[in-house]
Amino acid sequence: MLSRVAQNIYWMTRQIERAEDTARLINVNTNLLLDLPRNTTFGWLPLIFIVGADNLFFEKDPNRLADETNVVKFLISDRDHPSSIISSLAAARENLRTTRDTVPQEAWEHINGLYIYARDHLPSRRGRFEFLRRVIRGAQQIGGLLAGAMSRTSAYDFVRLGHYLERADMTTRILDVRSANLLSRTGQTQTQTQQTQTQTQTQTQTATTEKEEQDPFESIQWMSVLKSLSAYQMYRQQVRVRVSGPDVLKFLLQDEYFPRAVAFCLRQLEICLRKLPRNEASLVALAALKQKLNAAAVPELAHEGLHEFIDEVQIGFGELHDQIAAAYFAH
Amino acid sequence: MTIEWQHYAATGSYYDELIASATGPRPAARALCEYLASLSDEELRERKTAAELAILVMGITFTVYAEGGSIDRAWPFDIVPRIIPKHEWDRAEAGLKQRVQALNLFIDDLYHEQKIIQDGVFPAEVLVQSVNFRPQCVGVNPRHGVWAHICGSDLVRDKDGTIYVLEDNLRVPSGVSYMLENRVVTKRVFPELFEHQRIQPVDDYTLRLYDMLASLSPRPGDHPTVVVLTPGIYNSAYFEHSYLAQQMGVELVEGSDLEVGDDDCVYMRTIEGLERVDVIYRRIDDLFLDPEAFRPDSALGVKGLMRAWRAGKVALANAPGAGVADDKVVYAFVPEIIKYYLDQDPLIANVPSYLCMREKDRKYVLANLDKLVVKPANESGGYGMMVGPHATSAEHKRFAKLIQKDPRNYMAQPTLALSTSPTLCDDNQMEPRHVDLRPFILSGSPSTYVTTGGLTRVALRKGSLVVNSSQGGGSKDTWIVDTEGL
Repeated sequence: MLSRVAQNIYWMTRQIERAEDTARLINVNTNLLLDLPRNTTFGWLPLIFIVGADNLFFEKDPNRLADETNVVKFLISDRDHPSSIISSLAAARENLRTTRDTVPQEAWEHINGLYIYARDHLPSRRGRFEFLRRVIRGAQQIGGLLAGAMSRTSAYDFVRLGHYLERADMTTRILDVRSANLLSRTGQTQTQTQQTQTQTQTQTQTATTEKEEQDPFESIQWMSVLKSLSAYQMYRQQVRVRVSGPDVLKFLLQDEYFPRAVAFCLRQLEICLRKLPRNEASLVALAALKQKLNAAAVPELAHEGLHEFIDEVQIGFGELHDQIAAAYFAH
Repeated sequence: MTIEWQHYAATGSYYDELIASATGPRPAARALCEYLASLSDEELRERKTAAELAILVMGITFTVYAEGGSIDRAWPFDIVPRIIPKHEWDRAEAGLKQRVQALNLFIDDLYHEQKIIQDGVFPAEVLVQSVNFRPQCVGVNPRHGVWAHICGSDLVRDKDGTIYVLEDNLRVPSGVSYMLENRVVTKRVFPELFEHQRIQPVDDYTLRLYDMLASLSPRPGDHPTVVVLTPGIYNSAYFEHSYLAQQMGVELVEGSDLEVGDDDCVYMRTIEGLERVDVIYRRIDDLFLDPEAFRPDSALGVKGLMRAWRAGKVALANAPGAGVADDKVVYAFVPEIIKYYLDQDPLIANVPSYLCMREKDRKYVLANLDKLVVKPANESGGYGMMVGPHATSAEHKRFAKLIQKDPRNYMAQPTLALSTSPTLCDDNQMEPRHVDLRPFILSGSPSTYVTTGGLTRVALRKGSLVVNSSQGGGSKDTWIVDTEGL
């Protein structure tokens, strides 16, 4: 298989997954904001940092207002932002155009159709949810088409490499939204503790009033993180306890069965890499990532350090990508 | 209202491929014409829609250069096939083989001893001024002595039914994928017609192409690695490049996928590492092939490719420099070329041509610009030409200047009364439209192969003679029908 073709396929599925997960990211923030008390100060700015585009966002105008309108527009329809939904879909389409002979014809038609839909339907605030729902569903259809029509040869391994690496990355970014909005605010970290029975006893009793105040929002917010990742139902079935921060984090980071959980994605990446030649360096990078993830003290992360931990994991994703690129892609 | 062939407006001033003006449908077309007449208006419209849908679904497109970028357009297709009786085609086929054989001998001679020039049959000054002669190719010996492995020659029919060769395309002729796809579409739309008639199949082209390409491998015996080299998605024929690669089951590569090693072998970059390439079906023009040998600014080519080819480590089809015979001035000499190398008379005629480099011809051309088609020697796709009778006097003047400035670069031909073929037009009316035919000839081993028929191109605009897809042309399926015993 040609290196260039492998590269294009890998990026195509990354970009489609990115479009889908960006839609999920916007959904989770929308829901969080709706659920939180009115006096909360954060808002849409954290999303710009979470997608790593703060430089770009403020490039033209350092005083640009990071309000809902500007941020959502930046994430959905800004062509100058390479990771916006429209740019991701356009790039996926271009990548597929040059590899049409490798990928089933129907996949091309779907990606083309999804791109045209996104191009022609810039959403209003009211139409946003429906728009994002269609982007998510369209991306899922493409995944289904590829799964149903591609032989399990190297080309499909690159479909899955791009897919799961991007998904793992974006799942951590979506968790980061939650941390940006709540967790790292010092002085309030205790509020989550009473939800994990193991922790409750050891925590101090300070800030009790604040705890009482935050509690009702606490599980609702974690629920909306789960829901934005289509994970709520599976979480309920597998975890069977009330929705709590540490449990949700553990589920989305370390679960081996839920397909958007990071550990699951890493397992899939390993299966693909083991089938490919010249995989040594990539497997080393992957093992380091797995170790980092397994060693994480998740209950503590629920209180503090989640953002920093996610940063580290994302550097690991970057390293894994670099190894894959070095081994297989055009130089 | 169904079709009534007696009202079909084949005027008699043109040869119509299906309908003889006096007697109605020609023998080979009778079954088709009767069948079409049996369809109601509604049914006919349904067939047309079905064809359009098939083309859309199959994603048959071509790219047009337009302001602000290039766009993919659906391939314009007319559902009424163009029919040629087999006995007539057999003659044309023999003529094409003869022609391409002679042209290959000619090219090989030009890059070696140039006997044809020494013998005074071909003027040295034409070669000196040829923009497609590549000094880098002198002395190279491609396998089988063949330079133009894939040739697309354009055939036209004049008023009296005579078939002429209008031009030979020896560089990177395109269109064969549309010939193949047109047949697929027609089979979907008119399956019943294929059951009852002896329509010759066209489908084996890509198999033949692969066999021919494989026969060029510098490592005979091994399983050769063949690739198709494309300039990329913005090329107007990208659809075809990708189609042919897919049909032959070989990799479609771009210049950046290949590299030439210190051992002068060509390698492609794969996920397993470097893999040696034996045969390159290149769809990139000579000048962009290798920045080391030709244009240093080419980003499409492969550095060192010419070195590898000259060292015999890789085969290129068509060979670089083959375009020297694909020149509208050289064209005028083809009858002499056939005579010189094969000692035969041409089986298919050339269109009478006036070479502006000859003083007598030039005077005639300048005096008759309003009657002639003037063509530059080295353009294709219908660009840069002037159809005298349809041009304004300002254009006549402009061309007179161009010719006087650079006579070697221009030749002229009488405007042919191109034949017509019934075409289903917008209002569901059957009307005559002008057509040509581009068969493809494969030369190499085991033997020379000519496509069954070829790509019929049709000028969809009423009265237009320009069949190029970039300029409002469409295409039809082409049937070679065996009428023996009918």
